[in-house]
Order: sequence, then C-alpha cells, then structure tokens
Amino acid sequence: MRAATPVIASFTLSLLAATAFGGPAAAETTTLRMTWYSDGNEGEVMADLLKRFHEQNKDIEIVLDQVPFKAINETLPVQLASGQGPDMARVVDMGGLSRFALDMRPFLKDPGYWETNFGPFLEWMRPAGDTKSIPGFMTQLTVTGPFVNKTLFEQAGVAMPGEKSTWEDWAKAAKQVADKVQAPFPLALDRSGHRFYALAVSQGTQVFGANGEPDVVDGGFKRAAQLVYDWHKSGVMSKELWGSVSGTAYRGANDEFKNAQVVMYLSGSWQISQFAKTVGDAFDWVAVPNPCGLGGCSSMPGGAGLVAFKTTQHPKEVARVMDYLASEPVLAEFYSRSLFVPGHLGLAKKGLDYPTASPEAAAALKVFTASAAQISPIAYRIQGYSNSRIVLNAVISRLGQAVSGETTLEDAYKRITADVAQQIAERNKK
Amino acid sequence: MSGVSSTIRPERGMATGALARLGQVAVLPVGVALRLLDPPMRWMQRMIGARRMAYVFLLPNFVFFGLFVFLPIGINVVFSVTGGTALFPSQRPYVGGDQFAYLFDCGSYLDPSSCREDHFWRGVANTAKFVVFQVTAMVLLSLVTALVLNMKIRGRGFFRAVYFFPVLLSPVVVALIWKWILQRDGLLNAAITTLGGQKILFFVDPGWAMFWAVFVSVWAHMGFYTLILLAGLQAIPADLYEAAEMDATPRWRVLLRITLPLLWPNMIVVIVLALIKGAQTFDEVFVLTGGGPGTATLMVVQYIYETAFSSQVQNFGLAAAASVVLGVVLFVLTLLQFAAARRKEV
Repeated sequence: MRAATPVIASFTLSLLAATAFGGPAAAETTTLRMTWYSDGNEGEVMADLLKRFHEQNKDIEIVLDQVPFKAINETLPVQLASGQGPDMARVVDMGGLSRFALDMRPFLKDPGYWETNFGPFLEWMRPAGDTKSIPGFMTQLTVTGPFVNKTLFEQAGVAMPGEKSTWEDWAKAAKQVADKVQAPFPLALDRSGHRFYALAVSQGTQVFGANGEPDVVDGGFKRAAQLVYDWHKSGVMSKELWGSVSGTAYRGANDEFKNAQVVMYLSGSWQISQFAKTVGDAFDWVAVPNPCGLGGCSSMPGGAGLVAFKTTQHPKEVARVMDYLASEPVLAEFYSRSLFVPGHLGLAKKGLDYPTASPEAAAALKVFTASAAQISPIAYRIQGYSNSRIVLNAVISRLGQAVSGETTLEDAYKRITADVAQQIAERNKK
Repeated sequence: MSGVSSTIRPERGMATGALARLGQVAVLPVGVALRLLDPPMRWMQRMIGARRMAYVFLLPNFVFFGLFVFLPIGINVVFSVTGGTALFPSQRPYVGGDQFAYLFDCGSYLDPSSCREDHFWRGVANTAKFVVFQVTAMVLLSLVTALVLNMKIRGRGFFRAVYFFPVLLSPVVVALIWKWILQRDGLLNAAITTLGGQKILFFVDPGWAMFWAVFVSVWAHMGFYTLILLAGLQAIPADLYEAAEMDATPRWRVLLRITLPLLWPNMIVVIVLALIKGAQTFDEVFVLTGGGPGTATLMVVQYIYETAFSSQVQNFGLAAAASVVLGVVLFVLTLLQFAAARRKEV
C-alpha cells in the first residue's frame, strides 16, 4: 500500500495538470477536414502548404484526406447531402455541388480580391441565379488539347500537321504513323463527355436551344459523333477506350500514351506533370493546339476548384485557410510546383515561372495557355452549366453503346435527348 | 512394444493435462459470467414461463437482423416510392408506383431497346444469361471436383486446399489478377503471340467478355461449393457402396442411383446459393469488364449502383425500385428451389 501511494498521487497530479493546462489548449485547436484528389503531384504540394499554414496558425489543424477522383464524384455528394461532408474539398463538378457550397463573403478578409481574381470562375461554383456568393477558388484551370508522340512521327517519316489543321488531317496522319510503326492506338480520346465536347465545340455544336434549355443533338454534335463513330470503324480509334466499358465509366489512355502505344492523345493540361515525370527520356512528346472544324478550333475549359461547404461548423476558420491558400504568393507557388495553368486572373496576366518544368512540360504549358485564350463562349457556357454532367454522362453512355455496335447512332441521339430530359426532370422534383 | 508405449503415454498425459488446465483457466471468465447471469435468468423464467424463454434467447439475433437487414429493406422500399434527389426520406416527394411504372415501360420485355429504361432491361438480360451459364458450370464443375477429391488420390489434402484458395481472395483482387492476364498486353496474349497467334482483345468482343466474366466467377467461387458437396459425399454411408460393389454394380449406376440422390440436399443448397450469388454479381464483373463492351456485361446490380451513385442526378428512387424488383425475383426463385427440394425429399 505504501508503494502504491506515490503512484496514485503522481497519477492524480498528472490528471489535474492535464486538465488545467492541456485541456484549454486542446480545446482551442480547430480541426478542419479537406478532401482532395490528385492527377499529378498537387496533393504533395498542398500538404506542404497546409503544413506551413499550421506552423503560422497553431489554432487550426487541417486533415488532408486524399481520395481517388471517383470518390469526389460519387461519395462526396452523398456525404454532403447527409451533412457528414468535409469542411472543404477539391471538386470538378462545381455546378452540381453548388447547392452545398458556403458563401464565404462574411468571413473573408477582402472579398474584392476574390471577385477581381476569380470572378469568371466563381460563376461555375454558384447555384443558378446567384451572382454574388464566393464559395471557393480554382486550384487549376484546365484546357483540353492533344498530346502527340513526336518520336513515332519521326520514326514513321510522316510530317506532323501544322497549326489550324483539321481533325480529319490529324486523324489521317495519326493512322499513317500507327500503321507504319505498328502502334495500336492511332488516336485516343479519353472516354469522357468533356473531351468529346472539345471535338463537338470545334464542329459547331451549340448545346442550348433558344429557350436556354439543353438541345444537345444538333448539327455540330452529329458531325462530332459521326467522326468518333467512323474513326472506330476505320481503326483510327481503338474500341478499348469508348467501346470496352459501359455507362458513364471514365477511361483514359495515360498508361498507353506513356508506353508509346498512342500516336495522338486528346486529353488536357492536367496531364503535363504526370507525363513530364513518367515519360522522361523514353520518347519526345509535344502538346499541339486543338485541331479545327467547322465551328473553329476551340478546346474545352475546365478545372477543379477548392470549395468550402455550408455544413462546416467552423466557417471563420475555413475562410482563414482559404484566404491563405488563395493569396497570390501561395497560389503562385501551388500552380508553379504543380505545373498548372493558373485559375487566378492576376497571375495569368503576370505570367508564371515553372522552374521545375522539363523543356517538354514548359512547351506544353505554353501551348495550353495559348489555347485558353481561344476558348469559345459556348465552351465556357457548357462548363458553367449546373446540369453539365447530366449532358456529358448521357453522351458517354450512349455514344459508347453505338461505338461498341450495340445501337445505331440514330438510336443514341434519341436516347441522349431522352436521358437528359428525364434526369433534369428528376432533379427538379420537389 | 508395451515398453515403448509406457514411455510415451505419461508425456502425452502430461501435455493433455496441461492443455486441459489451460482450457479451464481460459473459460473461467465465461463460467463466472454464466453464474452471474443464472439468478436473473431463473427469475425471468419464473416471471414469463419456460416456453417464452426461447424468444428471450432469440432477441439479440432479432435485434441484429432487424437493424441491419429488415430496417434497410424497409428504407429501400420507402425510397422506391419516392422521387427527387434528396437523401433523407422525409424530404423526398411521394410518387407511388411511378418508379416501377418507369422501369416496366417496355414495348417488348424481350427487346431491351424498346424499353424506356433500356439499361435496366439489358442488365436483366445479361444477369439472366450470366446466371444460367455460371450456375450450370459452377454446379457441374464443383460436382466433378468434389467426386475426384473424395477419391483416395495422392495429395488429396493439397488439392482440396488449392481449389479452396481462390475463395479466400477478395473479388476485386481476383478481377484485377484476371484483368492483367487478359488485357491486350497480358499474360494470355503473350502466350498466344509466342505460339504464333494474333492478339485477342477479350474485353472488346461481347462474347469473350461474357465468357471470361463467367469463367472468372466460377474459378473464384468453385472451391466453396466443392466443399459443400464434399461434405455431402462424405456423409453418404460407406456400406451402401460396399453393397453395390458386392453386387458388381457398374460405377455410373452407383453414381446415378446412390451418390446423386443422396447428395441432392447438398446440391439444392449449392444451386440456391449459386443462383442468389450469381444474380447479385457485381464487384468481380465490374472490375473485370466495367460492364462492357457497350452494355454486354452490365449486370442488374451495376445498373443499381450507377443509377444511385455514379450519375450526376443520384436517382435513389429508381435504384431502390430496381433493388426491390431484384429482391422479389430472388425470393421467388429461392422459394421455387426449396419447393423442388421438398418434393424430391417426399
């Protein structure tokens, strides 16, 4: 008993000390959760920046939950609807999730800074009819565009089509190269509605009718769909992307491109960092301007935004984190280290240095930045439309069926129109 | 000989004694807990009577099933009669049977393209095709394997383990392994080209995609069903076979007249389980083929998942209605199977 007395006394004293000193200090720390997906190294960069923020702001701790892209589109909406979502998340479907977004204006240091530098992109994050709220900022502005395996062109002795060349010119050249060097994928297009619209907008699709509602299947759309369909028939495109999976499943050709199996790959600026890292000296690759069609040479804009959610219990702290991350020097570092086209107007105007970029990556960034200046208003309108994923998903699903030979293109057109109408009606049910 | 035995026995006895004591120590807390529970249980029995005590013992299971099986089924049914995109049932508008009417709006049920929700009916058709081929292959191959493993062959224990091993793997792992084998530059195509053949794009051809979906599913689950049949085979009395041998009955006749009839109860279990699991197939096929090419391997459960979660408008109502339809079909099929089994037993 005599031996136990000091142990009990020291335990009691420790408990009292912890309550007196540790208790209040622990209670002052606010923990925030940020859900994040990555295409390249941006998750590492964000983790660095958050660590730095915490060193300067000991009262706020941020847990960075790095998840797959699929979880952002499928799990996050359910979490948010159930009120169990994170405080902030990096999202792509900004319009679709706008109903959960927090208007940070009352908590931000200088809302004017946000309006000035993120103005046009804030519209993508706002619910329909809202012209004022500030829910987040762009972690990257993306631009779709083709990557070309230059080495394969050189090996085949085929000249690369120049600027303002048409899709047909590129398809023909890519097929010639693939035939000569035995590459299985002459032209690859991500199985994504967004990528399809890079082709469709350049073919002149208007997407919306006179009443402002979606009128998806028009002349430009049909020209683009016919091209994709014919390219699959003639072997310019392999069925392994658009024809091998069902529904709205995304399939990219990153791995095939990295393995030098693709001659021309229509994807976008977010791939630069990945290709710079993984292709290395294996072959020479270049980004080229978007090919042209009857509707011009516009590519599709897109991107990801870091958005705050109204279910957060700590809006002030969230706004402090967002103010820090969206500040010019921090954001410049983020874009620069991640090799992203800036989604900050001030930085875009000044121009960014990419000291870590390889010569190929630097050249590709230049091409995509130039493409961003030529994006058509209709492309911006599709991107900002809150039901855009309904349209994009219907296109992938039905065009995929036609490509696989399961239905005809005419059937696909009818189904796309019906799917879009049915899903918008379901969303509007109250 | 007896001397040898006498030197070994005491050691065994010591070991057994130590183990027994260890066992007694290990179960001591259980014994104490049971003794503590004894008085309240006796009191309860006096209060409600011995017959009602059975329900008291069943209560924990009822609570478990109620919370994790019947409550979700109930919530699913509620979702199936509501519309919109809200998550909480209280915020969802009641639409009655509209979701079911939408699902069943077809020109001809045999032609999915004539249906408004064609993907659902393509899923139904694919699942039916998958179940027919998969269950048939599963039952036949499991039966043959069980018959072989029941014989006195060399390395019988090893082979039993080998056939059971895939059952222990996660379905996603199974599908990924086979995907690596079957893809354009996979193991199988490497073998084909080495032998001078042309690469086959298995996941681009609807016939091949369905074949491999069935094959991989059978490969992964056969061990489990083989084990059930093996247990059934070992329960058949040996004297029946001895009598048949004495009568010089041909082997095929022994199989048809003794083995298969006595194995029938186990066969029913295998058929019912394989049928239910086949109709619920999702993860393996989803990872292996993604439901493609086109919708050639799109199963009903994948349709339900995509309708509820992967489209921008998360249509929980329609997905729940499709789940109810699938549940009813499975329930009816199970009842039919059990009815068939009972008739056979009579």
